[in-house]
Amino acid sequence: MNTEKLELFEVFIRSKRGLDHKHIGSLHAEDHEQALEYARDCYTRRSEGVSIWVVKSNDICSSQEDDAECFYDPSDDKPYRHATYYVLPDPVNNM
Amino acid sequence: MTSQEENFMRKIEADEKIEPKDWMPEAYRKNLIRQMSQHAHSEVIGMQPEGNWITRAPSLRRKVVLLSKVQDEAGHGLYLYSATETLGITRAELIAALQSGEAKYASIFNYPTLTWGDVGAIGWLVDGAAIVNQVSLQRTSYGPYSRGMIRICKEESFHQRQGYEALLALANGSPEQKQIAQDSLNRFYWPALMMFGPHDSESAHSAKSMEWKIKRETNDDLRQKFIDQTVPQIEVLGLEHPDKAIKWNEERGHYDSGEIDWDEFYSVINGNGHCNRQRVEHHIAAHDEGTWVRDAITAYNEKKNAKKAQNVA
Ligand SMILES: [Fe+2]
Ligand SMILES: [Fe+2]
Ligand SMILES: [Fe+2]
Repeated sequence: MNTEKLELFEVFIRSKRGLDHKHIGSLHAEDHEQALEYARDCYTRRSEGVSIWVVKSNDICSSQEDDAECFYDPSDDKPYRHATYYVLPDPVNNM
Repeated sequence: MTSQEENFMRKIEADEKIEPKDWMPEAYRKNLIRQMSQHAHSEVIGMQPEGNWITRAPSLRRKVVLLSKVQDEAGHGLYLYSATETLGITRAELIAALQSGEAKYASIFNYPTLTWGDVGAIGWLVDGAAIVNQVSLQRTSYGPYSRGMIRICKEESFHQRQGYEALLALANGSPEQKQIAQDSLNRFYWPALMMFGPHDSESAHSAKSMEWKIKRETNDDLRQKFIDQTVPQIEVLGLEHPDKAIKWNEERGHYDSGEIDWDEFYSVINGNGHCNRQRVEHHIAAHDEGTWVRDAITAYNEKKNAKKAQNVA
C-alpha cells in the first residue's frame, strides 16, 4: 500500500460511556469513513471502545514544545489557585 | 414504549451515561437544557457580586486571589455553555434567553455585596452550597454534564477555602471586623440554603429529573448535608449561628433547623431581589460592548479565507 497518497488520521476512543475520548494512535486512510473502519479494525478488536473519533492530523493545531515556557510560566507564580495554599484550622480543614 | 425509549431507559437504569449523539426523549433534552443553561448563567452572573470588590480588596494578596476565583467562574460558565450546546442549542439562543429573563440563574446572585465580609461569605457559603450540589451532579446521567462537573469540582475547593480564610481573618480581628463577619454570615446563610431549591414536595422538576438521573439527590437531602457541614465551620469562626432553631438530632443523625422564608425565595426568583434588574442590565451592557470584538473576529476570518481562496486560484 502506498501510504504517501493517503492522509494521516488521529484516532480517539471512548472506552466506556461517560468517559472522555482518549487519543489511542493514528492511521492512514483515504477519507473519514474509511478511517473509522480502519480504526475499528485496528484499535477495537477486543471491544476496547463504545465510540470512535477520527480527526485529520493536519487539522490538529497543537502548541509547540518551544512555546512551553511562555505558555505555562504565568501559572508558576500563582500558587493561590490551589486549594492547598489556604491553611485552615484542623476541624474545618476538610473543605 | 418504543425500542428507542426502552434502550434509553435501560442505559439510565444501568447507570450508563447518555452521550450527545444518543437518542433521548425530547423532554429529557429540554429538561437538561433548562438545568445546564441555568447553571451556566449562574456561573457568569455570579461574577458580578464578587467582581464588585476586586478593586477594593483589602490587600494585594486578597485581590489576586479574588481575581483568579472570578476568572475560574468565567471558565465554569464556558465549560457549561459548551456542554449545553452538545444538546443542539446555540450559545446565542442561550444568552438571549438569559437576557430576556426567560432563563433563570441562581437567585443568590441577586443579593448585593455590601462589605468585604460578603466576599468571604460568598466563597465559603455560596460556593460551599454549590459544591454540595455539584459533587452530586458528577453522577448525573448526561455524559458532557457529568464530565464538566468533575472538572469544576476540582477547581471549586480553592473558592470555598479562600472565602472561609478571609472570613476567619475578619472573625479574629477587631470587634468591628468580627461584627462585619457576623453580619455577612447573617445575610448570606439563609439565601445559601435557598440555593438548593424548594422542598421536594414543592419542586416542579424534581420527580422526572430524579427518574432520569439528571439529579441524583433531592433538594432537601442536599440542603441537609450543607446544614450539617456548616455548623462546625460557624463554631470555628466563633460566630453565632443565624438559625436559632439549629439543634442536633441524635435519632436522625442530622441537625434540625428552622424554616426558610419561602416568600422571600419566590419574591427574589420573580424579579424582586435587590439586584435582579442590575445584574441583567450589566450583562446586556457588557455583551453589547463586546460586539466590536466579535465583529472584528468575523471580519478577520473572512479576510483570511478570501486570501486563501486567492492563493489557491
Ligand atoms: Fe463555579
Ligand atoms: Fe458553580
Ligand atoms: Fe466557585
